[in-house]
Amino acid sequence: MGTPPAAAGPAGGSPRIPEQILRGMYRNIYATRQFELRCIEFYRQGLIRGYLHPYLGEEAVAAGACAALRSTDYIVSTHRGHGHCISKGADLRLMMAEILGRDTGYCRGRGGSMHISDKKVNNLGANGIVGGGIPIGTGAGMGIKVRQTDQVVAVFFSDGASNNGVFAESLNLAGTYRLPVIYLLENNHYAVSTPIECATGCCDLAGRGPAYGVPGICVDGNDALAVYQETAAAVGRARGGEGPTLIEAKTYRHGGHHVNDPGLYMDPGILADWKARDPLVLMRRVMADDAQAAVIEAQVDAELEAAVEFAKNSPEPAVEEFLANIKDC
Amino acid sequence: MIEMMYREALRRALDEEMQRDPLVFLMGETIAERGGSYKVTEGLWQKYGPGRVIDTPIAEASFTGMAVGAALVGCRPVIEILFIDFAMLAMDQIVNQAAKYDFISGGQGTVPMVLRTQGGAGNGLAAQHSQSLEALFYHIPGLRVVMPSTPQDAYGLLKAAIRDDHPVVFIEHKLLYMTQGPVAEEEVVIPLGRADIKRSGTDVTLVTYSHMTLKCLEAATALESEGISVEVVDLRTLSPLDRNTLLDSARKTGRVLIVHEAVKRGGIGGDIAAMIMEEAYDDLDGPVLRIAGRNTPIPYNLNIEKACIPSVADIVEGVLRMV
Repeated sequence: MGTPPAAAGPAGGSPRIPEQILRGMYRNIYATRQFELRCIEFYRQGLIRGYLHPYLGEEAVAAGACAALRSTDYIVSTHRGHGHCISKGADLRLMMAEILGRDTGYCRGRGGSMHISDKKVNNLGANGIVGGGIPIGTGAGMGIKVRQTDQVVAVFFSDGASNNGVFAESLNLAGTYRLPVIYLLENNHYAVSTPIECATGCCDLAGRGPAYGVPGICVDGNDALAVYQETAAAVGRARGGEGPTLIEAKTYRHGGHHVNDPGLYMDPGILADWKARDPLVLMRRVMADDAQAAVIEAQVDAELEAAVEFAKNSPEPAVEEFLANIKDC
Repeated sequence: MIEMMYREALRRALDEEMQRDPLVFLMGETIAERGGSYKVTEGLWQKYGPGRVIDTPIAEASFTGMAVGAALVGCRPVIEILFIDFAMLAMDQIVNQAAKYDFISGGQGTVPMVLRTQGGAGNGLAAQHSQSLEALFYHIPGLRVVMPSTPQDAYGLLKAAIRDDHPVVFIEHKLLYMTQGPVAEEEVVIPLGRADIKRSGTDVTLVTYSHMTLKCLEAATALESEGISVEVVDLRTLSPLDRNTLLDSARKTGRVLIVHEAVKRGGIGGDIAAMIMEEAYDDLDGPVLRIAGRNTPIPYNLNIEKACIPSVADIVEGVLRMV
């Protein structure tokens, strides 16, 4: 278990995907990587408190999946949520401000890394409880049905969450009501430090979908193009009233569970194999002939600098104002 | 006024709110065609169809979470958890998700959902179908907790709960569903957070809610013949709590007895007693006392089940000890 999928090409073949989509995906993978590297640096400097769960190595899942969504579609994210947030269209300034605990952040410094939501682009938010977002995304699907719009929901969660009871319940519910939900199972092969093969007798987690009448699809999670294509197909089915899809994107964390976990339990050989298929490198290869790639990088770099500047110069929440708004009864 | 059963009053509230707002919908176990185990939703599936009155599988954790998600995308879901005991399966969604979203998101979204459920002993349903667990929800910042005692309150408070922008845990009592009472013919919305003085008196204040209100009123009538004037304050909403009504009554009578069915330890009564001590100590003629459920799971056998729950005689005796 845990060996990366055999590479079919630079990034799983050469499907016809519009240039604009490719550029968007590259931008989001690159932005997530740079954003998180900067966060890790700030964490080491003591500027960030609490937990920070890097998405390093998994960026192609969020970038590929969100590229198949409209800005009016919803996503539900996880504790490892920076990539989902950025790929759905977050403002890096507000994200960085939140992670630095500032009053100007998405959650006014109340949430931090594990709780960022972004109403403007229908990101319903990250979640500190593993699996906690799965029923919420399922309910967003029900809400769409009640409101009779053609929106869809992408629910991101991990292999760890797929062993929680609400995963089974929610898939069953979504299958029952044919809800417009795409369940994006990011199989990064570890639940904290427990390898997936020690947590289930199941080989392909996508196989759990058909048990609930939900199509289950496996995809190379390091290949943004493949994730995009499978998600786009699932989105098409969902909008067409054909109900939910479970997509298992196989990927791998480049480090431990959170920034203070060195991940020493991870097999160095397997990790090296996965790192050789780094989603950023794969996507950069797809962009090799696109002169825009360097422009995108420069833009993200500038955006990130501006975000850091904005966050560092932002005030912290005022204690008096915070306390004044608490109703004791 | 029209005479109506508690469950009919609840149904009227659901019906009117569904009529008024197409974003209100219902989910729960066997609530649709069958109308619910306690018949609260009877006829609504026939009237509003399967798109708005939705039967769920036995999946409390997830359909509660679905209410959170549906609320976040603009709907006003009302879910029914058949027994409050089963709400324990959904505690993550209630406590960590519904109650926190508004805060955690920095005010980007609220969760206008109602979780209807019912609790209480008295039907021989034993330890996993008879509990009074309101204190668990009362303890959580971000949740409203409503426990009406009369058909009129059930009607007006459920309407307010559905219109509220925050998650409401609306706790009914299984012994109340068949009780009758007058309900206004015209539409009434009773704001959350207002207690109701169900009976005025001058000697002792009984602070209570839900089914115990009926027992307190009975006790007050009995005590009247002994020349003791008892005021009965029905809290109706535990959170937000109507401190003013509570404290005014405590100051007026100087003697307070809190009565609830839930076990005394860690119960609402302890919190209210402390609040009265903190705020109205100088006006009291004696310590605030509590009569509450015994510290035990609810048994099956009728006689020992009864022995766990405060009786009218217990309340009468409690008041007599104070005056």
